[in-house]
Amino acid sequence: MDETGSVTIAEPTKETRSEEDLDLPWQIVVHNDPVNLMSYVTMVFQRVFGYPREKAERHMLEVHHKGRSILWAGMREPAELYVQQLHGYLLLATLEKVG
Amino acid sequence: MEIWRHNDHIEISELDPFLAELLRQIPASASPDGVRAAEQRLFSSPTIGKEPELCAEWKQYVEPELRRLFQSATETVAADLQQLNGNEKSLANRTLRIPAKHMDAWLSALNQARLVIAAKNNFTETELSDHFRSPIGSRRDLSLFQINFYGFLQEFILRDTKS
Repeated sequence: MDETGSVTIAEPTKETRSEEDLDLPWQIVVHNDPVNLMSYVTMVFQRVFGYPREKAERHMLEVHHKGRSILWAGMREPAELYVQQLHGYLLLATLEKVG
Repeated sequence: MEIWRHNDHIEISELDPFLAELLRQIPASASPDGVRAAEQRLFSSPTIGKEPELCAEWKQYVEPELRRLFQSATETVAADLQQLNGNEKSLANRTLRIPAKHMDAWLSALNQARLVIAAKNNFTETELSDHFRSPIGSRRDLSLFQINFYGFLQEFILRDTKS
């Protein structure tokens, strides 16, 4: 309120966001865990993502040697479902926004 | 101990009382018992400290689902382990048959148990790589032996599920 008693209402700012902004790609990262067996992790990648054995093994080895591997990237909803499945298999998996 | 793969089951025979007892302990070992580190390992965060809303939703909707999933697996395993509670002499060797349709439950329960034991004991990566430590040194050594024994069974079951 100013000295004259009138109320000034700030102009609402209009913010436009495209659908892509609202649902930026997300990536699924699996982190290293010294307890989970390598063969078990490979099997989980095959089952959850349907990856062929060689690709699943490549990701498993990346997790083992580099501490993490990006398994998949895409929209949030399927990404959440994938992470839920990975947690169901007791892997350390997280969702991260790309960029 | 002998372990054989058959068409519709895995048979573990000549189980001495010590190994039979370790198997009996799978369901109990899979329980975090309120130990924070174990609880956090079984129910890990879906993000790395970011997205608090997502984490809150996860706790509310996903965690209960996961709890049910893990409990169902340990219950299946506990039922199979009833075979080890016969009326035979307590020191006699025993046989356990794991039906093929229970393999996923066994993989899950063994994994839960290994993760919980490791979290409760705060084992280092070096300790976890030591597969030849005797189980009779200390309670900690026994826990490490338990992790390795359960890991051996997991490997065997995995070979079965792949073939």
